[in-house]
Amino acid sequence: MAEKRLKVSASPHIFARQNLKFVMYAVILALMPALFGSIYFYGLRALYLVILSVAAAVVAEAVCQWAYKRPITITDGSAIITGILLAYNLPPGVPYWMPVVGSVFAIVVAKQFFGGLGYNFINPALAGRAFLMASWPVAMTHDWLPPAGGTISGLDGITRATPLNLIKAADVDPSVIERLTSLEGIRALFFGNVGGCLGETSALLLLIGGIALLILKIIDYRITLSYLLTVVVLSLILPIKGHPPYNILFQLFSGGLFLGAFFMATDMVTTPVTKRGRWIFGIGCGIFTMLIRTFGGYPEGVSYSILFMNVWTPFIDRYTMGRRFGTR
Amino acid sequence: MPITFIGGVHPKEAKLTSGSPIEVLPPPKTVYIPLSQHTGKPARLLVSKGDEVKLGQKIGEAQGFISANIHATVSGKVKSIGRFPHPVLGDGIAVEIENDGEDTWAFEITEHDYEKLTPQEIIDLVKEAGIVGLGGAAFPSHVKLSPPKEKPIEILILNGCECEPYLTCDHRVMLEFPEEVVKGGEIIARVVGAKRRIIAIEDNKPDAIALLKKKAADFEVIPVKTKYPEGAEKQLIYALTRREVPSGGLPMDVGCLVHNVGTAKAIYQAVRYRKPLIERVITVTGENIKEPKNLLVRIGTPAIEAINHCGGYIKPPEKLIFGGPMMGIAQYTDQVPVIKGTSGILVPAEGEIPEPGPCIRCGRCVDVCPMGLHPCIIVDYVENLKFDDAKRLGILDCIECGCCGYVCPVRRQLVHNLKFGKAEVWRKKD
Repeated sequence: MAEKRLKVSASPHIFARQNLKFVMYAVILALMPALFGSIYFYGLRALYLVILSVAAAVVAEAVCQWAYKRPITITDGSAIITGILLAYNLPPGVPYWMPVVGSVFAIVVAKQFFGGLGYNFINPALAGRAFLMASWPVAMTHDWLPPAGGTISGLDGITRATPLNLIKAADVDPSVIERLTSLEGIRALFFGNVGGCLGETSALLLLIGGIALLILKIIDYRITLSYLLTVVVLSLILPIKGHPPYNILFQLFSGGLFLGAFFMATDMVTTPVTKRGRWIFGIGCGIFTMLIRTFGGYPEGVSYSILFMNVWTPFIDRYTMGRRFGTR
Repeated sequence: MPITFIGGVHPKEAKLTSGSPIEVLPPPKTVYIPLSQHTGKPARLLVSKGDEVKLGQKIGEAQGFISANIHATVSGKVKSIGRFPHPVLGDGIAVEIENDGEDTWAFEITEHDYEKLTPQEIIDLVKEAGIVGLGGAAFPSHVKLSPPKEKPIEILILNGCECEPYLTCDHRVMLEFPEEVVKGGEIIARVVGAKRRIIAIEDNKPDAIALLKKKAADFEVIPVKTKYPEGAEKQLIYALTRREVPSGGLPMDVGCLVHNVGTAKAIYQAVRYRKPLIERVITVTGENIKEPKNLLVRIGTPAIEAINHCGGYIKPPEKLIFGGPMMGIAQYTDQVPVIKGTSGILVPAEGEIPEPGPCIRCGRCVDVCPMGLHPCIIVDYVENLKFDDAKRLGILDCIECGCCGYVCPVRRQLVHNLKFGKAEVWRKKD
C-alpha cells in the first residue's frame, strides 16, 4: 500500500496571516513617515545617515551569520529595523562613519553574540546608541542641526541644544522656556521642527506609524499606553526646574518619547510576554524616563530607561505569569 | 455580552459544506476496521481469518472499563487480520473484511421501547453498541454515563459548537436529525440525572439554533460566540456556567457532562434500535476536493473511497488531514480508514510546511492560550528537556487546541513540542 506518501506535520495546519516578515516589514513601513519628516527637516543628510546605518546593520548581520555558520536571514527585516532605529537615535549632524560603527556594534555585540534574533536581551539599536554615547559623547550630544523653517526658541538646534537641553540648562533665559512651553512651542514639538535626534522630533509622524501598528496588533497597546500615561502622571508631580508642572504636552512630545514608546519599548524580543508584565514594563520605562529627565545627568532618559527595563524582562515574566485556567 | 471563554483565535471558517445535505456513501468493497478506535485499551479480537461476518456483528470485545466494542460494518468475509494504516497511531491491528454487498444484519433492527429501562440497562446498551465520543477524542460514552455517586451531574451540555474550521458534520446532523439528537440528549440526561439541559451552538449556525429551539422543548438552546476552540469541553463549560474544570480534573468535578450532538444521535440509535456504531457522518472538504460533501460512511472505509465519491482530487494531493485544520492529524496515505473519531477528511490546496524560526517573544501564544498557559516558555523548557519545569508551568493542562501554533509568527513547532513534553511528563509519572 501507500505507494505515494503524503507530507505529514504536526497540527495546526493553518496559520495566521502575520508571519515574521509581515511583522518586521510592517514596522519598517510604520517608521517611514518619520524618515520623510527627517529628510524634510534636516535635508538629504538624514537619508544618507539612515541608508548607511541600515546597510551596515544588514552587512554586519550577514557577515556574522556566515562566520557563525548560521543561516543567513538578512531578508527577515530585523536588521533593517535595527539600522533605522539606530539612525533615528543620532543627532542629524554626526559624521557619516558614526551610524556605521553604531550599527555594527548593535548587530554584532548586542544581537549576534547572544545568538541572533530572539536571543538578545537588550534592544540592539539602543545598545548601539549607548555605545556611541559612551565613546563619542561630544558628537552624540552636540551635533544637532536646526530644522528647516527655523526653531521656535530660536536657540535649539542652532546653539547645539534640543528643547530638553534648554529646559535643563541652568543658564537659560526664562523667556526661552516660556516660548518652548507655549502653545506655539508645543505645536513645533508635535510637528517636529525642533532640534533633536534624526527620527525622534516629529510626534505626529511617529504617531501615524505607531497607530497603524496598534491597529494591526503588531505592537501591544499595554506598553505604549502605560509608558505614556506614566509620563503624563509624573509630569504633573515632578517640576521642571522649579517651574510649575504645567506642561504635560511638553514632556509627551519632546525628546524621543514617542519613538521609544511606540517603536523601541515595544520591541518583542526584549520585553515581557505576559500581559501584566507589559503594563509593569511600560510603567517602569515611564518612571525612569522622568527620573532621568528631572534629576539625571542627561537631558533625555528614554533610551536608558528602556535598556534598563530590558534587563528586568526575564524577572518580570517570571513573576507575572498569573493564574492558569482551572487553578482557582 | 457574548457567551464565550478567554483567549482563542478566529481562523477563516471555510465551512464549504454547511449547505450540502448528508449523502450516503455506498459501502466500499473492503473495509479495514482497527481494534483501537477509542481512548483506552484496544478491543479483544473475536474473529479469525476466513470467518463470515454479518453487519453489526461484534468482532472486537471491550477489554476493561475504558474500552469499546468494535462491530463489523459490512457483511462478508474476514480477508485478513494485520497491520494497516491507522489515522491516529500511524498503523495498527485491523480486521480487513471483504464486503459481500448484501448488508445482511446480524440481528433484526427494530424499534424498542426504552422508557422503562433503568439507567444501568441504558448504559449497558450504549456499551454494547460501542459508542464513543464522535467529536474527535473518541472517549467511550458508557464511561461518561457512569459518574461516581459523589460527583452528581447537574448540567448536561450537548455540544453543537463545531468550532473547527471546514467541518460541518455536526451542523448537518443537527439540521437533518434534530429529533434523534434531542431524544439522545434526553436519554443521557435521564441516565445521569441532569436537571439543567443545554444545547450549545456557535452563532454562525443560526439555522441549527432556530431549528433546535423549536424541536428541543426540554433544552435551553444557547448560541455561543463563534471563536476557536469554543467547543473544547472546558472552554464551553466555562462559557456557559463560568465554572472552571479544575486543573487535572474532569467536567464532573464541576457538575457538568458534555456530549457531542453526533454522539447523542448515536446513543439514541443504540437505545432505540439496538444499533451498534457502524457508520458516522464526516465532512470531506478542502480546496483540493472537487465537490466537498458531508457523507455518511461506514467505519473502516478507506479515505480515498470517500474522496472519490466527492469527485476526487483537483490536483495530486500533497497533504491529507483527518479532522479539522487546527487539531487534525496529517496522514501519509489516502488508504487510511475512517474510524469512529474521524470528523472529517481535509485536503488543502497546498502542502507547504513552514520552516520554524527562533522565538521572537511576541507573546501572541500567551495571549491566545485558552488555558492561560505560556506556550513559548514551556516549549523553551521542553526543547531543553527540562520536563519538570514544563510540568511546573502547567504543560499537562494543555488541550492541544493549536491556537499558539496558529498565531506564532515564526511558525514554531509549539503543539508538537507540547505533545512531546506531555508524553515525557506522563512517562516519568508512571
